[in-house]
Amino acid sequence: MPAYLLRRLFQSALILLGISFVTFLLLFVLPADPVRQIAGRSATPATVENIRQQLGLDQPFIVQYGRYLGNLLQGDLGRSYLQKTQVTELILSRLPATLQLMAAGILAELVLGLTMGIAAALMRGRVGDQVLMMASFVTVSAPQFVVSLLLLYVFAVKLGWFPIGGYGTLAHLVLPAVTLGILGSGWYSRMMRSSMIEVLRADYIRTARAKGLGRGRVVLRHALPNAILPVIAMIGIDIGIFMGGIVVVESVFGWPGIGQLAWQAIQRVDIPIIMGVTLVSALAIVIGNLIADVIAPLIDPRIRLR
Amino acid sequence: MKKWLASTALVLSLALPAAAQDYTPDPNAKAGGTITITYKDDVATLDPAIGYDWQNWSMIKSLFDGLMDYVPGTTTLRPGLAESYEISEDGLTYTFKLRAGVKFHNGREMTAEDVKYSLGRVTDPATQSPGAGFFGSIAGFDKAGPDGLSGVEVVDPLTVKITLSRPDATFLHVMALNFASVVPKEAVDAAAGDFGKMPVGTGAFKLAEWTLGQRLVFEKNADYWRAGVPYLDGVVFEVGQEPVVALLRLQNGEVDVPGDGIPPAKFQEVMADPAQAARVVVGGQLHTGYITLNVTTPPFDKVEVRKAVNMAINKDRIVQIINGRAVPATQPLPPSMPGYTEGYAGYPFDVEGAKKLLADAGLPDGFETDLYVMNTDPNPRIAQAIQQDLAAIGVKANIQSLAQANVIEAGGAGTAPMIWSGGMAWIADFPDPSNFYAPILGCAGAVEGGWNWSKFCDPALDAKATEADSVSDPADPARLAKWSEIYQGVMEQAPWVPVFNEERYTMKSERMGGEDALYVDPVSIPVNYDYVYVK
Repeated sequence: MPAYLLRRLFQSALILLGISFVTFLLLFVLPADPVRQIAGRSATPATVENIRQQLGLDQPFIVQYGRYLGNLLQGDLGRSYLQKTQVTELILSRLPATLQLMAAGILAELVLGLTMGIAAALMRGRVGDQVLMMASFVTVSAPQFVVSLLLLYVFAVKLGWFPIGGYGTLAHLVLPAVTLGILGSGWYSRMMRSSMIEVLRADYIRTARAKGLGRGRVVLRHALPNAILPVIAMIGIDIGIFMGGIVVVESVFGWPGIGQLAWQAIQRVDIPIIMGVTLVSALAIVIGNLIADVIAPLIDPRIRLR
Repeated sequence: MKKWLASTALVLSLALPAAAQDYTPDPNAKAGGTITITYKDDVATLDPAIGYDWQNWSMIKSLFDGLMDYVPGTTTLRPGLAESYEISEDGLTYTFKLRAGVKFHNGREMTAEDVKYSLGRVTDPATQSPGAGFFGSIAGFDKAGPDGLSGVEVVDPLTVKITLSRPDATFLHVMALNFASVVPKEAVDAAAGDFGKMPVGTGAFKLAEWTLGQRLVFEKNADYWRAGVPYLDGVVFEVGQEPVVALLRLQNGEVDVPGDGIPPAKFQEVMADPAQAARVVVGGQLHTGYITLNVTTPPFDKVEVRKAVNMAINKDRIVQIINGRAVPATQPLPPSMPGYTEGYAGYPFDVEGAKKLLADAGLPDGFETDLYVMNTDPNPRIAQAIQQDLAAIGVKANIQSLAQANVIEAGGAGTAPMIWSGGMAWIADFPDPSNFYAPILGCAGAVEGGWNWSKFCDPALDAKATEADSVSDPADPARLAKWSEIYQGVMEQAPWVPVFNEERYTMKSERMGGEDALYVDPVSIPVNYDYVYVK
């Protein structure tokens, strides 16, 4: 186990290094000049050149990247080009909001997705199954922006059950988390359904039934723990997709997370922020995958870490 | 001989309406109350030397003051931290007498040293100010560095003398820009690079709280040097709010002014409801939306082709696309700008005439070109309308819909034959005709990376512009007449298609008081927080 962990951590570091290189390279070749964004429309060519030199953006790619990496290894993500604030400070101020929304969103996804999946599996082939699978299809393909606004309009504006966007209390968290839950539940319900159907066909389920156990007990105690395994593994992968969806949901609900920060930075070519948010998101995905892999054998002893 | 101008005499000398000498506060105005404003984008910085965004422009105006200022809701100059000033006969020396007893938010009294420090700071290349270029006429600008500007001299604690290297009619406007705000050195030093997050000024409000990415709270500066204002006890800015959501919250009584205005998708719904329409405020702004035609790229190097494109565009239809929230433009300057040519009709919408011009230019079958456009609504839709108009005269325009930074890059590099300026269009930094010329139509801007995307450069017009600005009174009628000629000269060569002048539609909550002009202030964009009040 420790050897495995060490190796995986080393691999993770390499992945992050690769991501930093590719992102930096993409931003370097992008046909948009960060200096012009800083200098503004009234700057003289001399001002533009002076800013370029001060930021070292006149240097060759490898020098710029080398310097970025050197600072990164010392824990310095640099200062935002436009805000002039430390990127670490900007990200840290927004990370708790994103993590909170992510945790609540994943919880909502699982509750909705698993319930739908189990119900569909139990009603396999009947109308209920078809309706649920159709619903999962709709939720997967629904535009995030529309779902967010719809929920906001109905439950916050019309019914007044929740605040109209914002951040702070549990009530603020419900709608964005449910939006993310609805949008992500389709994958989980489909996965859970097929996994459950497979498990329900297994011999040990038939044995349990034959012993005279009740249907509920068979499903919850014998089928569910086995059927849920592949779904758990999916959470790690899902974090990546989640990071993408969170940008839109944060924007509609005015949730002050790193998605909003990244979106605004991308529009203004604020490279230190884009790099910082990319690396933090990549780190979250890498850690998510690592945790999913590490806990898999704890749930299913048949899986061995090698 | 030197002439001293007291504050009121100054405004009269600018030949502006006597009624606008200074602001008459609303007799019904009441003190107290806290209002809530929303913005979609986060506030990047409140450092007046750096801030250049939609949302922070008026915030900075309320936190800081410069030597000059504007009468609220108008484009009329009035003295700010300067009590009076004197301009030498040759227009090269400005001597400002400062108001005594003005205090920074940290309690220290503001002096001439602070003015010198602030102008030195904004022009110091190390500050990386996007506004540094505005101060180009101050002597010593070329050698600006950590030691400040040689052209700014402290005469005594309340007198500062600024020497220019050339006469500059816009200089008083420049002194009213946010970039010219007076800041205390000790607060800048103490903030160690984060002055933009810990601003200290002399303004009507001071920053009380800033939760990054969420909200900013301004509280009334009880020691403000202008008597009687501000009326509000505080202003809460909530950032990261989608305009559609901000409107819903306004309807729910949670928001007082949606800083980004009425979202286009909701415009008709709002206007159709009398209760809501009554709270809509409309105002002109110093804005022109235009199509640039790159005069260095064939076939736009031929003036007939550029004129043909001018005649092919149906501006009324484009105005309809944005729900009529604009007026069709005939010339580069917006109608409310001094120097605008009344009665100039511009190019008519004439498809047959355009075809004939193309044939004269040797292109009877038209040609193929690229139209660059920023990829946010409504700009791609406007580009499609332009594309259809051009198709009618046989020109095939391929739309290149890109992110703002990429369009700006292509425009600066001169690789874009045509650009629809929407989303990046020129809104004046200060209400003076020169501000629409040098950066976007003059030779200075027609360089690699410049904002003159037509790459249009006419040395004769440039010379005329220099001549027009070589007087010290920006409102001199002879000067404005010269500017009017310059823009007509530009239109003769047709490097642009001026399409429309956008009007600003915003909303306010039921409880907000103060005249409408304060909510569509042409300078304190978008709201003049110092003068609005809660009823």
